[in-house]
Amino acid sequence: MIKIEGLHRNWKEFALKGIDLEVHDGEYFVILGPTGAGKTLLLELIAGFYTPDYGEIFINEKNVTVLPPEKRNIGFVYQDYSLFPHMDVRKNIEFGLHMRGIRDLGKVEKMAGNLNISHLLHRYPLTLSGGEQQRVALARVLLIEPDVLLLDEPLSALDPGTQDTTRRLLKKIHNMSDLIVIHVTHNQTEAQILADRIAVMMDGRIVQVAAANDVFDRPLNDRIAHFMGVENVLKGTVTSNIEGLTSIALDSCEIEAVSGCATGETVHACLRPENVTISVVPVKSSARNVFEGVVIEIEPMGALLRVKVNCGFVVHALITKQSALDLGLELGRHVTVSFKATAVHVV
Amino acid sequence: MLTSRKTPEPLMLVFIFLALVLLLFVVVTLANMVVEQVVTDLPALINAAFEKSVIKSISLSMYAGLVATLISLVLGIPAAYILARKDFFAKGFVESVLDIPVVVPHTVAGIALLTIFGANGLLGAPLESYIQFRDAFAGIVIAMVFVSAPFLTNSVREGFQNIDPRLENTARSLGAPMWKAFLFVTLPLAARHIMAGSIMCWARAISEFGAVVIIAYYPMIGPTLVYDRYLSYGLSASRPIAVLLILVTLTIFIAVRLISSGWRLYDKD
Repeated sequence: MIKIEGLHRNWKEFALKGIDLEVHDGEYFVILGPTGAGKTLLLELIAGFYTPDYGEIFINEKNVTVLPPEKRNIGFVYQDYSLFPHMDVRKNIEFGLHMRGIRDLGKVEKMAGNLNISHLLHRYPLTLSGGEQQRVALARVLLIEPDVLLLDEPLSALDPGTQDTTRRLLKKIHNMSDLIVIHVTHNQTEAQILADRIAVMMDGRIVQVAAANDVFDRPLNDRIAHFMGVENVLKGTVTSNIEGLTSIALDSCEIEAVSGCATGETVHACLRPENVTISVVPVKSSARNVFEGVVIEIEPMGALLRVKVNCGFVVHALITKQSALDLGLELGRHVTVSFKATAVHVV
Repeated sequence: MLTSRKTPEPLMLVFIFLALVLLLFVVVTLANMVVEQVVTDLPALINAAFEKSVIKSISLSMYAGLVATLISLVLGIPAAYILARKDFFAKGFVESVLDIPVVVPHTVAGIALLTIFGANGLLGAPLESYIQFRDAFAGIVIAMVFVSAPFLTNSVREGFQNIDPRLENTARSLGAPMWKAFLFVTLPLAARHIMAGSIMCWARAISEFGAVVIIAYYPMIGPTLVYDRYLSYGLSASRPIAVLLILVTLTIFIAVRLISSGWRLYDKD
């Protein structure tokens, strides 16, 4: 378990103020917040690269607040992976063992095999793709068998396809061990898919800690709601896939998407709110997903309105103020929500 | 393709012309001396190359320069690391102080050094029974370190600044205490800057005359011998030694540059 109490740190113009957090054993914990919220600094304090001005950090009941990083048994992966450019992949992976005076070629080979990088062992980091560098960095850090894995924006430097595979890899790594993972990101979708619990961080403070879905469905205040409202993420199970047209069963209904996912797979369907159409009379259109629902929240966002519709599951839609006026939208109004199967991104 | 058809900017032509003037000023001055010596009086050059006192002076220059560079490395690398990584009160002042030897006239540096390290000096007096600086090898080295260490420190500091501190953090989190992170990550990544700084430092050390001649006229280093021969016997006696000094140092610099050019591999850019 990691326990953080009253952590403060001034950093040039910026400050972390009174951070209290508890992360449980085996938890995948995401710290989510906009750029400049102090997420990376918090992670670096946990790692021991800097010392807090006040406050305490405990890892497994042990007070590590003033311990140097090498004595904390934590694994840290920076956003740019920080591979040592003057060492080949094998030397990079071995580094942690080497520092402990251990030489175990078998372990290195096995870890490289697990992460599918055996063929890269003789290469130098600068010649690798982002995804390959990421896997090398993970192999290097996992080989020291850390108690805690700290990940700083691990997906944001990758292209979308590699993001999907890496996300699955992270989940798999976490499931295989009872490692505590603390993952920092500004991406809401990523947080919702991976996290057991989420801490939302803004302006150097933790503003909400809750189970992943609670943060999205019950944000504590409007700033958090604004920040969260980028995508609809719906968890479900694939019930059929015919030539790419995928049916996904949610709790109360079924939606259709286009994907390569196999029947029985547990997936997340992501839908951008601007791809959701709201109408007041039932319409016939090419959209494969049409649901009846009730407007439960309307919130202004600049020239747009964010409308939450409960159709058994909650859908966020983004429409112009003019459309809302023309449709006569108001709380409690029965509406039809539709979106195309191609607008649903399945991960 | 496009650039070749474009007429060059007039200002660029002016810049190219002025750059050529500078280049020719250096090349013509040195080449003229070498060529004239070879053409008009080759035997004198050959004689000088085999003269015992000449060989001794030039090797002394090289050797003392090498020792001065090693001392500068030991003292300069830690200073460079602190300046590259830490912010502290009066940092700008400390940086300026470390650069002072570059701007002080070298005879002035020599006088200052003699005041400290001479037989009656602040350090020279208590050390007298162990080590002498006046007219001694130690004095030559001290003078060389004083004038050339800033070149090394500045180059190495730039090298350290180019290394992302995240690499050091990562090494620490993987179990390296600070000294191991420094030894296995920071130093190798700064290798090219350390090499370049050492070459500059050594070059500056063996070309030093003003500070050395005041603290240690004897044993004579190369530049002192050239000066001594010039005063005693004139241009024709000193020039062969000057030519020899140029040829030897140039050869060594080119060799070291060639050897270290492959080190670029480590660099980010």
